[in-house]
Amino acid sequence: MDFFGSIPWLLIFTSLAKTIFLVFLVVLPMVSYTVYAERRVSALIQDRLGPNRTGFPLTLLGFKKDFSPFLGGLGQPIADAVKFLLKEDLTPGHVNKPYFWLAPALAMMPAIVTLSAVPFGSELFGYKMVVADINVGLLFMFAISSVSVYGIVLAGWSSNSKYPFLGGIRSTSQMISYELCMGLSAVPVLLVTGSTGLSKIVNYQVEHGWLLAPFTDGGLQLREVLLIIPIFIAFITFTISMFAETNRLPFDLPESETELVAGYHTEYSSMKFALFFLGEYTAMIAGSALVVVLFLGGWHVPFIPDGSHGAIFGLINIATFFGKVALLLICFIWVRWTLPRFRYDQLMKLGWLYLFEIALVNIFITAGILAYTK
Amino acid sequence: MSPVLFWLFTLLMLGFATSVVVNRNPVASALSLVGAFLALAALFVGLDAYFIAVIQVLVYAGAVMVLFLFIIMLLDLKAEQRRRFNIVTLLGGSIVAAGFIAELTALLSKFQLGKRGFPTLPGAKPVDDVYQVGMTLFTTHNLPLQVTGVLILVATIGVIILSRRELK
Repeated sequence: MDFFGSIPWLLIFTSLAKTIFLVFLVVLPMVSYTVYAERRVSALIQDRLGPNRTGFPLTLLGFKKDFSPFLGGLGQPIADAVKFLLKEDLTPGHVNKPYFWLAPALAMMPAIVTLSAVPFGSELFGYKMVVADINVGLLFMFAISSVSVYGIVLAGWSSNSKYPFLGGIRSTSQMISYELCMGLSAVPVLLVTGSTGLSKIVNYQVEHGWLLAPFTDGGLQLREVLLIIPIFIAFITFTISMFAETNRLPFDLPESETELVAGYHTEYSSMKFALFFLGEYTAMIAGSALVVVLFLGGWHVPFIPDGSHGAIFGLINIATFFGKVALLLICFIWVRWTLPRFRYDQLMKLGWLYLFEIALVNIFITAGILAYTK
Repeated sequence: MSPVLFWLFTLLMLGFATSVVVNRNPVASALSLVGAFLALAALFVGLDAYFIAVIQVLVYAGAVMVLFLFIIMLLDLKAEQRRRFNIVTLLGGSIVAAGFIAELTALLSKFQLGKRGFPTLPGAKPVDDVYQVGMTLFTTHNLPLQVTGVLILVATIGVIILSRRELK
């Protein structure tokens, strides 16, 4: 028996190359600079300066001067990472050790895995710029991100103290509630594009114009104009539920420091805490990437062809995609430092009594428009 | 699917399934069940049934088991951990299991159809399984689907009425 089957070495190699490029060269640096951006933008909003000193310590490598680029503080993420790694890693005596150690990994991992289905560019040297081009990409992202709740729940439970526990309980019910809204508000997009594969959704938008801005293909039809209304509602409900799913500020009840110290990661220190922190920001990037793919045309901008016309266009497409993601991340930060926190009952009421119903009715409106303007 | 991967995920699934039963800690059991579901989903992927695999993770690992875990944590089941193994039940259970396995092997060795491999599908190509499942459900099996929907609705309303009554 051919026990190993025929191993597709080329496929394994290209997938590995894409994964390494995506995770280590794009997403993880993006995560650390999102943290930096968060601190700088919050400082801007609150009329402070923020971290503007840390440069790159080139004197350590034998150069004459330290390098501090134009904005100042761009070395801050590196200094933060070193600090996280060097701090003492405390494991309190009262915790349930195996689960206490498992939880940070479970918080970080799903967010990275979801990115494998995202088409982050058109093509480069003939290879599609998506790690796993599956025809259920959207459902895959929902499925894996629904697993990420285990990290928070386990952290809360295994810490064996009451504030983390309350945080864990809150996040469980919050994430389950908003998952429904998120799934339902993506259905209009599926109805219009007719596919759950993320690459196909992007290709539809390249041909027919972005769903939120259908004029990007150069023409407008009656159907596209009518569809803007339900698509815009879907965009709003989807974005709001994404804020709740990633535990970001109007909805960061699981870690609200005014009542729960730090919520589920109260007992964590050093790199284990950093993994929760990074997991939250990676989930933000994954969520923004999903919004870009579903509503904002993925890697497409008008008048720039896809990567089959030359490697330079392929690179521009990748840059465009992550540029759009970065814009959404700025919005995330902006909202966080603008809005106050919801109360817990308000959060549940908003999810179940308003967003859920709006998303449900929205599906019927979309289906009606699609049926009558054929 | 490469046989290596098949055996890897099968062993993982069986291992997790065993640990569901063996573990004394209810939280550990629930998490092992999640592991078993994930390994099962990987087996579905090996059969190119992406839709079923994803739904398995989305519904069972992502929603049902989270609720289970939620309830287990709220109840804080310490009594379950203190319970010792009961020799009589252990013996009885293993006798039943061994009998079942013996019966199964005896039957399957005589079952001619089970020994034949599946014929290779001519012109096998990846199908859009979401589309196929949807079309089958909403055209050929439309009535059973609607009836199931009504059944679930009735159950939901029933739960709401029962929980309301307890409040008063």
